[in-house]
Amino acid sequence: MAQTSHGVGGLTYDAKKRAWPAEFNVFLALVILVVIFELIGRIFLGDSFLFNTRSDVSGIFNEARLQIIILQVSIVGIIAIGVTQVIICGGIDLSSGSIVGATAMIAMSFAQVATVNGNPNPKAMFLAQGWTDLPVLVPLLVAIGCGLLAGLVNGSLIAYTRIPPFIATLGMMVTARGIAKWWSKGQPISFPTDSFAAIGKGLMPVIIFLSLALLFQLIMTYTRYGKHCYAIGSNEDAARMSGIKIANHKILVYVIAGILASLAAVVLCSKNLTAQAGMGVMYELDAIAMAVIGGVSLSGGRGSIIGTVIGSLIFGVIISGFTFLRLDAYYQEMVKGVIIVGAVVLDQWRQRLRALRA
Amino acid sequence: MSDIVLKTENLTKRYGGVHALEGANFELRKGEHVAIMGDNGAGKSTFVRQITAVEQRTSGQIWFDGKEVNFTGPIEAREAGIETVFQNLALADDLDVPSNLFLGREKVLFNLGPFSILDRKYMRKATEAALVRTAVKIPNLSNTIRHMSGGQRQCVAIARTATFASKLIIMDEPTAALGVQETAQVENIIRTLKDNGEPLILISHNMRQVFDLCDRIVVFRRGRIVANLRKENTDGQDIVSYITGAKTGEAELAA
Repeated sequence: MAQTSHGVGGLTYDAKKRAWPAEFNVFLALVILVVIFELIGRIFLGDSFLFNTRSDVSGIFNEARLQIIILQVSIVGIIAIGVTQVIICGGIDLSSGSIVGATAMIAMSFAQVATVNGNPNPKAMFLAQGWTDLPVLVPLLVAIGCGLLAGLVNGSLIAYTRIPPFIATLGMMVTARGIAKWWSKGQPISFPTDSFAAIGKGLMPVIIFLSLALLFQLIMTYTRYGKHCYAIGSNEDAARMSGIKIANHKILVYVIAGILASLAAVVLCSKNLTAQAGMGVMYELDAIAMAVIGGVSLSGGRGSIIGTVIGSLIFGVIISGFTFLRLDAYYQEMVKGVIIVGAVVLDQWRQRLRALRA
Repeated sequence: MSDIVLKTENLTKRYGGVHALEGANFELRKGEHVAIMGDNGAGKSTFVRQITAVEQRTSGQIWFDGKEVNFTGPIEAREAGIETVFQNLALADDLDVPSNLFLGREKVLFNLGPFSILDRKYMRKATEAALVRTAVKIPNLSNTIRHMSGGQRQCVAIARTATFASKLIIMDEPTAALGVQETAQVENIIRTLKDNGEPLILISHNMRQVFDLCDRIVVFRRGRIVANLRKENTDGQDIVSYITGAKTGEAELAA
């Protein structure tokens, strides 16, 4: 019984001919990429990309490499989750990298210890006020507050002044970077408390990234919020005529993107044990690229969080693969650019092919 | 009086100095299908926009479902039971059929504000029921409507109006952009609605369609209702002469 039908008179419908989900193609690309690196490694380097070849370590896979692949993309990945839902809703967020910078600076200044090696902390911002050795919840809430505020400004600008999201978030990108530099007059902020440093330790970034990804995949699929994101990105006029409160929804979308960027900032400066004004530069573009590679359509309405996660893994595999092949970082950048454009071209072809077969 | 679904009295709309609609008196009874005809700019769509509160009328009164109403917006009108199939469809291309049917009024399993969990099973069941009721044929409900034909999309839009317990359906040129077969499909749905006793206002330029589907024809010309004829008492020639102005004066129903 491959054929089912709906409605009276039932047109026949062959379930086997149904197009597979877009995420499957992205996953296929990931697998192909890994296979290519594996083959090049075996042929030219006599080493394996994916599998364990060392006798002093047990296990089938090269676990260190697998961890690095995902660890190095998990912080930008957290941003990419927020960016994905913004793009699905028909917008764009260029401000996330700068929000990371500003939030890292501000949050870190509330996470500092009073004394370093018996001396007063030379980098402490609020030593005089006694705001040192605060519980980890304080910098965390400060960070979330920063992200919320930035997202609120972005969302309100877009919803009420009707300026394009590109412009609104470009403004926030420049302003937030300014705030990041102004906060400590360009000085790095260091020496966090142990509990704050624990947030980004070891594989914690990966765990945080994947849990947030799972949470938002569920939200986008099973809640009214997700459905309205797709509806607005797909046809804003239709959504408005159907009674969806567009302005409120858009503000919420940008607020969530801001909060996710600020969480990424917490993980980043906790992992690095320091915050610098230049943190997160270009992260917004990497996040957008991960989403686009993962099959999220820049015109809105199409894509998923799972796609973005796979997109981020493709990023990770490229970076690790190039390191594995001992190629310079310059080539990574060049190839990254080609892959971003290639992913969109392939997606367009796939769409056109589907339209022809339908 | 109780079997009158919609009634307007002296409904007037002016855009600055332009009298788009002048003193329209209109009545629609239960189960009745009424066609609105007229040249471009005759006031057909303006009339509908005042009823559905897409625009606010300049003066006049509207009674709907036995009560005088003053809708402040199209959503209020919809909540009261007036469903409109817009010329531009108002569908979201990237959503599947159930999501489009329930767009903006999703059935919820748990209420968690914006993050309320959707009752997908219920919406799918209700969609299937609505498609059966309107005799709409859609091969696969979970496909996005992006690649559906114009007729199928129009059918989805119409099925949406029939999903909810609507008291009045308004269609603004539902077949204007459709091919012959697709038009037939939409007309079949309208007949099904008639059999179900759902009242309908149909704006159309298609004379054959109007005579096929409607009980009564109301002709607009230059913002005024110039004819209100039962279809048994008139013919195409007659209607055309009212539309073009060859025949004037308000033709009343031979009641």
